[in-house]
Amino acid sequence: MKPIRTIATLAAALLALAAPLAAHAEVNLLNVSYDPTRELYQDYNAAFAKYWKGKGGDTVTVKQSHGGSGKQARAVIDGLEADVVTLALAYDIDEIGEKAKLIPANWQKRLPHNSSPYTSTIVFLVRRGNPKKVRDWNDLIRSDVKVITPNPKTSGGARWNYLAAWGYALKQKGGNEAKAKEFVTKLFKNVPVLDSGARGSTTTFVQRGQGDVLLAWENEAFLAVNELGKDKFQIVVPSVSILAEPPVTVVDKVVDRKGTRKVAEEYLKYLYTPAGQEIAAKHYYRPIDKKVAAKYAKVFPRVKLFTIDDTFGGWKAAQKKHFADGGVFDQIYGPGK
Amino acid sequence: MSSTSAQSARTRTEPALVRWLLIIVALLFLGLFLFVPLAAVFAQALEKGWGAYLAAIREPDALAAVKLTLITAAISVPVNLVFGVVAAWAIAKFEFRGKQLLITLIDLPFSVSPVISGLIYVLLFGLQGWLGPWLQEHDLKIIFAVPGIALATVFVTFPFVARELIPLMEAQGKDEEEAAITLGASGFQTFWRVTIPNIKWGLLYGVILCNARAMGEFGAVSVVSGHIRGSTNTIPLHVEILYNEYNYAAAFAVASLLALLALVTLVAKSFVEWRMRENA
Amino acid sequence: MATKPIRRNTVIPGFGPTLGYTVFYLSLIVLLPLSALVVKTASLTWPEFLSTVAAPRVVASYKVTFGAALAAAGVNAIFGLLVAWVLVRYRLPGKRLIDALVDLPFALPTAVAGITLSSVYAANGWLGSVLEPRGIKVAFTPVGIFVAMTFIGLPFVVRTVQPVLEELEEEIEEAAACLGATRWQTFRRVLLPELLPALLTGFALAFARGVGEYGSIIFIAGNMPMVSEITPLLIITKLEQYDYAGATAIATVMLLFSFLMLLTVNLLQKWSRRHTA
Repeated sequence: MKPIRTIATLAAALLALAAPLAAHAEVNLLNVSYDPTRELYQDYNAAFAKYWKGKGGDTVTVKQSHGGSGKQARAVIDGLEADVVTLALAYDIDEIGEKAKLIPANWQKRLPHNSSPYTSTIVFLVRRGNPKKVRDWNDLIRSDVKVITPNPKTSGGARWNYLAAWGYALKQKGGNEAKAKEFVTKLFKNVPVLDSGARGSTTTFVQRGQGDVLLAWENEAFLAVNELGKDKFQIVVPSVSILAEPPVTVVDKVVDRKGTRKVAEEYLKYLYTPAGQEIAAKHYYRPIDKKVAAKYAKVFPRVKLFTIDDTFGGWKAAQKKHFADGGVFDQIYGPGK
Repeated sequence: MSSTSAQSARTRTEPALVRWLLIIVALLFLGLFLFVPLAAVFAQALEKGWGAYLAAIREPDALAAVKLTLITAAISVPVNLVFGVVAAWAIAKFEFRGKQLLITLIDLPFSVSPVISGLIYVLLFGLQGWLGPWLQEHDLKIIFAVPGIALATVFVTFPFVARELIPLMEAQGKDEEEAAITLGASGFQTFWRVTIPNIKWGLLYGVILCNARAMGEFGAVSVVSGHIRGSTNTIPLHVEILYNEYNYAAAFAVASLLALLALVTLVAKSFVEWRMRENA
Repeated sequence: MATKPIRRNTVIPGFGPTLGYTVFYLSLIVLLPLSALVVKTASLTWPEFLSTVAAPRVVASYKVTFGAALAAAGVNAIFGLLVAWVLVRYRLPGKRLIDALVDLPFALPTAVAGITLSSVYAANGWLGSVLEPRGIKVAFTPVGIFVAMTFIGLPFVVRTVQPVLEELEEEIEEAAACLGATRWQTFRRVLLPELLPALLTGFALAFARGVGEYGSIIFIAGNMPMVSEITPLLIITKLEQYDYAGATAIATVMLLFSFLMLLTVNLLQKWSRRHTA
């Protein structure tokens, strides 16, 4: 009868729509990345396409997908065909290897510097003139200071925030695990809003006027100041912070199936060249290339940085202890707080 | 005739004072919860002027998003329309056991969190899901492509037409249809000539709501889309991208496109009224 | 109306095909995909399942989510009926435009709705700057959740009541008036019973929608654990830990809750119909 025929036609139409997505002539890469790298890769993709063409390669179009780091990793696990992933933390890429077996376990050894072509750190964004006189981490637990950070359980950036605070407390004189926990607990008592992602928190701080301090990626803080008002905000760099290493890798199973391994590998290697490093630095990611770093030394204040491997024994351990269900972060918000 | 209609007008309305009081309360409520937020959307969309507004909606990625949104709605609205009418007929015109259960199952997609509506398709068609490996072998893409977006939208908008029609058709009973059949009309004739005119408003609202939701759905689509700029972004997802780029004015400009749907509602209602008057 | 018998053998055709198609399509689009949810949940053992869905934070989120959804649906039922009444019965300038705008909470992407509501109701927003000095905090509190749910649920009530109101026969009201009923009596005894099933449907749908809502709420809720954290957010939290089974477990519980709630409303509706008939 009529409705049945309609359904059949529509089902056919659905399948027809699916078909053209499969075939492509020129080289198409998909870079699945996290939120704060939008501007960086927009520039970088254009630069790489030019470089690759100049070397006699094909025309490369790099498509971008951005979102929360964990959500993006899940999409790749569930079949989003990323040639390369450039995420906020190694843990998310580890999961791609573990859950979907798309990349080998030793992926982080394949490129220099733990596969992190640029680094960043966690800084404070405060309102112009720093009315609450926030200078360092210990100011964040003062009762008159309100802190804005996203939720570490849903945001990769927030996990860096949390670990930076923990590391600071641990590295103070007489610092130990119990004191660090106490410090972080006090800090989160000063958090009035927990957004689900880093950019949501920036909006809450900047547009809604909530809180006195925003904990943010250094590059995000720079971007917020530049985009949303130099006259309204300023950056405060704490005495010590964490070395955030956002890693990159090709997704082996995908590039081998699509036959794009060579381009994809070159795409990531180009990030390590002076040209690539320059683009990263321009977008306020700390370059690892010494020469480029020296050139931009003025932009990036010197901070004592500790790494996740030294202080927390790597991402897996940190994730399990702090952010898994029932972990330290959950205890902070336990019932009967 | 004229005297009775004057009398009917009197017996079917309230004293002026009550009338105005009700209107004011209704407007106040709508103002607080509807008009002010909507005005805020337009205020922010036009913050940087008309030039920026037009530039934001003419940009190729925005146009690609509009196209994908229209395709999605063009798939999900008709299938759910057909289902809605068929289901309402079965439920309103006949008595059978388990009817309330059936109605409740039809309601169910409303209460499923959008995140979950997306996730169930990931569980079915994802690489780690039931059909994922088979699909990959045959180079078929469902999720992170158009079919997945359409499927999630069909799920989310599934109950609209049916739920709009069921209470209406139940309130009307089935006497008119029975009379028509008894007088020798066929089933389809009865449906077109008797039922459709009676349910016109419900049908229209159902389609409009279904369409609005199909175009505006964010959560479910976000899970199955993959967010590939320019190819799997619908209008709501494109809005999110712009917003996350601190491009607030452009984000609201693109979002305000969806507010133009209100115009479609206006035109559709006027059209139905006009048709009904022509036919009367 | 009053003597309408429930006839089992009606002369109306098409019972078999229409019911068959309804059940088929329902199974394909709704039940089959939802079964994936249940199957995934079944990969947990009972103790795992219980400790996931009965964790204190999760229970607190049920209370917030269901409480706010009930409140929002209730407010929508009352004011939605009023709005539908005004739109159908009264004349006022700009009525058509207002009528058309009612659908927009559906069309507006939920994220936009959330962002807009939080900008309007935050301390520096249009309404927030008026409310907050008077001690009414909306944005970043549970009240914000209620506001967002009211916004997204509004069209349901208006649009389910409106067609019934529009197709209502004039004679019954006139008859009531002729028999000496006051306007209020006519409304309560004659009109309300007619409208009640549609009103209940609208309420149930607005409620169901509110319970599942995510996109608009996270922007305005503040998302503080135990206070303003909604259940769908906890599902996302589970997913972020790659805990699909945990996420589906919470989702299944929500689904069950909503199903029972909707079933109750639908049975209530049947009862009210029979009661007034």
